[in-house]
Amino acid sequence: MKRKFIFLLLITGVAAVHADAQDRYFTKTGTIRFFSKTDLENIEANNNIVTAAIDIKSGALQFSVPMKAFEFKKALMQEHFNENYVESDKYPNGTFKGRITNNKDINYKTPGTYNANVEGDLTIHGVTNKISSKGQITVTAQLLEANTSFNIAPADYKISIPALVADKISKTVQVTVNTKLEPFTR
Amino acid sequence: MISVGLYAQDADLLQGLSDSVRSRQYVTGAYKSTRVIMSQSLEMLKPGVLDFRILHRFGNVNQGISEFFGLDEATIRLGFDYGLTKNLTVGIGRGSFNKEVDGFLKLRALQQSTGTAPAPVSLLFVGGITMIGQSWKDIAPKREFQHRFGYYLQTIIGRKFTEAFTLQVNPIFLHRNLVATTADNNNTFAAGVGGRLKLSKRISLNVDYYYVFDKRSGSPFHNPLSVGFDIETGGHVFQLHFTNAVGMNEKVFLTETFNDWFNGDIQFGFNISRSFQLRRKK
Repeated sequence: MKRKFIFLLLITGVAAVHADAQDRYFTKTGTIRFFSKTDLENIEANNNIVTAAIDIKSGALQFSVPMKAFEFKKALMQEHFNENYVESDKYPNGTFKGRITNNKDINYKTPGTYNANVEGDLTIHGVTNKISSKGQITVTAQLLEANTSFNIAPADYKISIPALVADKISKTVQVTVNTKLEPFTR
Repeated sequence: MISVGLYAQDADLLQGLSDSVRSRQYVTGAYKSTRVIMSQSLEMLKPGVLDFRILHRFGNVNQGISEFFGLDEATIRLGFDYGLTKNLTVGIGRGSFNKEVDGFLKLRALQQSTGTAPAPVSLLFVGGITMIGQSWKDIAPKREFQHRFGYYLQTIIGRKFTEAFTLQVNPIFLHRNLVATTADNNNTFAAGVGGRLKLSKRISLNVDYYYVFDKRSGSPFHNPLSVGFDIETGGHVFQLHFTNAVGMNEKVFLTETFNDWFNGDIQFGFNISRSFQLRRKK
């Protein structure tokens, strides 16, 4: 019903309402990279199918991360990550639900790069923790780019690392998030 | 105060965005290793992974303390397996029993999956050749070179039923160019069954058994049975087990297992698997 209405308005050239429909920006191809650095070994994994959405009006922010889609350079690392650490059969998705606390400082109509403070609930391995992070939102004519980087400790998410390999996995893992969000129109 | 409430209200922010997870998801981690114990398992090596396998079978446990429960003697097989592609693995090895060299090709035709067009089982085929390496110089009548060879073809059908439980059936056909007596058939069929039960994230209980058909009457050989634990420690998988099979390739454990579980003629054994990533993903 609403869709039809918007469609009608669009074809009659009333652009004002169009903006309302564009409060929500999204992507299905966001990337998350995590990096663990120790003297013995660097471990890196990339995920290119992160789903993310942002409501520019409220500053609400949400991510869904399929854990099995993290790609490692070493096959055995990927197997251990899924089988032993995050148990991705049991907990297939990592999620983040939060908001941009300084949303009013970001002018989504004017292209530019803005600092964004984000806080919310991060759930990995079935464990939820409050996190906060500083990031950037870049507004362009068509897209929103939202990027951030923060550290998390596997132990906080009940991911236990056996003593035998403890020296190879860092106590804190750096997580880098890069997303290009487009207006959600349907 | 308001901010906390906001997360809950925005719970539907991802609604209408179908999950970006690929529509077909392969079932992984049916076993810790590419072998159940003796047999090939449903697992394949990942592309570019070299698996160095050190297999040990000690002497009979029931020899008592004078033989240190069999640990004084050992039969070994050293082997290298390599993952050519996701669904194709090659391997070669040499066992001290009969000084046999063996090689195999393992192909996965179907991988268990969920989602769109799910596959309830995995289906694999293994083909292998074995060659007796010991000297036949002093043996009469003279044996030909081709007598050293045996061939096998195996089908593996299995399913990871739950996170912890995997079961497979693996019938095998074996042809030996040379058999001990005229009463022995050169062709052997055997029905194999194997599985694992995960006891913890890193430890599983494994069972591996074959029923060998067409053994000639009075044959001194028994059906091979191995029972043991897989212990995965990171880079290694240790398979510690008890077995009545001394041989460590398909030909010898199917046709030359002279020990009998019911007589207590069992051995302690272990397989060590060490993986090396030779070719990395870009």
